[in-house]
Amino acid sequence: MKSDVLPVTTPGTSEPGAPTGPPGTPGTAVAGPARPRRLGARARRGWNRWLLVVLLALLSVPFVFPTWWMATSSLKPMSEILRRVPTIWPQDPTLDAYGQVFTLQPFAQQYWNSLYIAALVTIGTMLVAAMAGYAFARIRFPGANALFVLVLVGLLVPSEVTIVPLFRIVNSLGLMNTHWPLIVIPILGAPAVLAVFIMRQFFLALPTELEEAGRIDGLGRWGIFWRIALPLSRSALGAVAIFTFLKSWNLYLEPIVYLSSKESFTLPQALTQYVDAYGGPMWNVQLAATTLTVLPVLAVFLVAQKQFVQGLAHSGLKG
Amino acid sequence: MATVSAAVRRDWLVGYAMVAPVVLGALAFVVLPLGMVVWYSLHEWNVLANTFTFVGAENYGRMAADDGLADALLASLWFSIGLVVLNIVLALLLAVLLNQRLPGTTTFRTFFFSPVVVSLVAWTIVWSFLLQADGGINGFLAVLGVDGPNWLRHETTAMIAVIIVQVFKNVGLNMILFLAALQGVPEELQEAARLDGAGAWRRFRSITLPLISPTILLVSIITIVGSLEVFAQIDVLTGGGPGNSTTVLVYYLYQQAFRFNEFGYASAIAVLLFVIVLVLTLLQWQSRKRWVFHEV
Repeated sequence: MKSDVLPVTTPGTSEPGAPTGPPGTPGTAVAGPARPRRLGARARRGWNRWLLVVLLALLSVPFVFPTWWMATSSLKPMSEILRRVPTIWPQDPTLDAYGQVFTLQPFAQQYWNSLYIAALVTIGTMLVAAMAGYAFARIRFPGANALFVLVLVGLLVPSEVTIVPLFRIVNSLGLMNTHWPLIVIPILGAPAVLAVFIMRQFFLALPTELEEAGRIDGLGRWGIFWRIALPLSRSALGAVAIFTFLKSWNLYLEPIVYLSSKESFTLPQALTQYVDAYGGPMWNVQLAATTLTVLPVLAVFLVAQKQFVQGLAHSGLKG
Repeated sequence: MATVSAAVRRDWLVGYAMVAPVVLGALAFVVLPLGMVVWYSLHEWNVLANTFTFVGAENYGRMAADDGLADALLASLWFSIGLVVLNIVLALLLAVLLNQRLPGTTTFRTFFFSPVVVSLVAWTIVWSFLLQADGGINGFLAVLGVDGPNWLRHETTAMIAVIIVQVFKNVGLNMILFLAALQGVPEELQEAARLDGAGAWRRFRSITLPLISPTILLVSIITIVGSLEVFAQIDVLTGGGPGNSTTVLVYYLYQQAFRFNEFGYASAIAVLLFVIVLVLTLLQWQSRKRWVFHEV
């Protein structure tokens, strides 16, 4: 795992002018004529650099402003939300909307639904994908390639293609309006295939020496996997965990197909239900519920962003 | 095979046991449903009357004559083109900017990436709030003296809005992938070209771009296939409207199946969607030899 893959500010790179090379040593023939031109270029680059920073700041607005607007608007009373000229900061902050979030719907229950479903899917996917990835990478059992290709078909199948038959299967098993399809299908079906692929690529690249040592120490294949290979795969597992959790947390089509009672709803589905008698959205309540959904994940991201970004970059590159 | 020892056989058994969950899962939740969807697509299926009659290719004939489906395909086409082009260009631009070792790079990277971890429906709800006729965006435009349109109620602006919302949501992920690729471009090559008098644009076109082409290919595939699966954004932002201007293929499929109970016809559309994804992915892999500098 190289730490220089991403621009996590290392002491060397923050030094201004470092990439342009060491200043020419006075005695050499090359440094003499090149020097004045370089200085001019560097001064121009200085200006350009600040222009680029301004450009980056402007480009940040559509990424950051919506979240800011969501959080501040959720503190505004409805009258202020509907005001023609927007207020950047709530003039008369109130938590009323947050109270309504919990009285209009069983929001705490829905929050828990999303959380425990995503947690189970994440743990299940990590386990299943690590095992399969390891076996496909390391054990040369007959038919391994054919089975791997069979599994890979899942990468080509958008969830919308199979939603009608899966709906029929779930229905005939009597599992409608339960969380089973949201837990079992992602762990074993198409959504897990990318995880299997990432784990396989990781184990293919992992040196076998440590496992050989384990074998000499008398470990069987199963023991080698649990005691040696799995602990070594922490970075790949982290990447799998992050994107699996986000995928489950974001799931929308499946819940609206499988779930029908408010007690069983997951968050994405619940967020759209804060509407008034005419079907119009109750903006302040909806934004309060949205804020409660977004801020915890965002906070975790800000604390652990290095792992997030590197994990996703690695998984993407190898996937 | 007769010479295989017991230990090796035991090893194989462990292997089969370890892949069993995903293999059985693939059979039960991918291969079986794929077969079922093809089977369904050959039937007229009335849920209310509980009839399921074989009609051969009738659903496919109906698809050819269905203007709604043609509109949905067109909407998908526009959406995908707009999304992929904007997404890849913006992701590359951001990655190149972040790769300049400018002050504040880490903070900006966090900004651009943060929507990726925001729940998709939450992000879409906030944008639909911003895009209302009397919402935040038009409010700020009004302060500047501009009379903004009712974004989600006009056909063109609604499509643009859906695309833009999706681009800002996910461009951070592609940006990170490009950034990692850019870091892999050797500094010496850039330096050598600089000494040969190549300008910044020339260096980017002739050195950087070819070297990161495998990543561009990968990111394009992910983005194109992802663009065909857009559902939640459409449902929350526009509900497929106004008219059917933002009813993309997947949304049309959903409406046919779960609003009109046309399961047979919806299955035929699902087969079409699968074929499109399959062809696009194969085309991308085929074309990789022509423009990708080296294999991943």
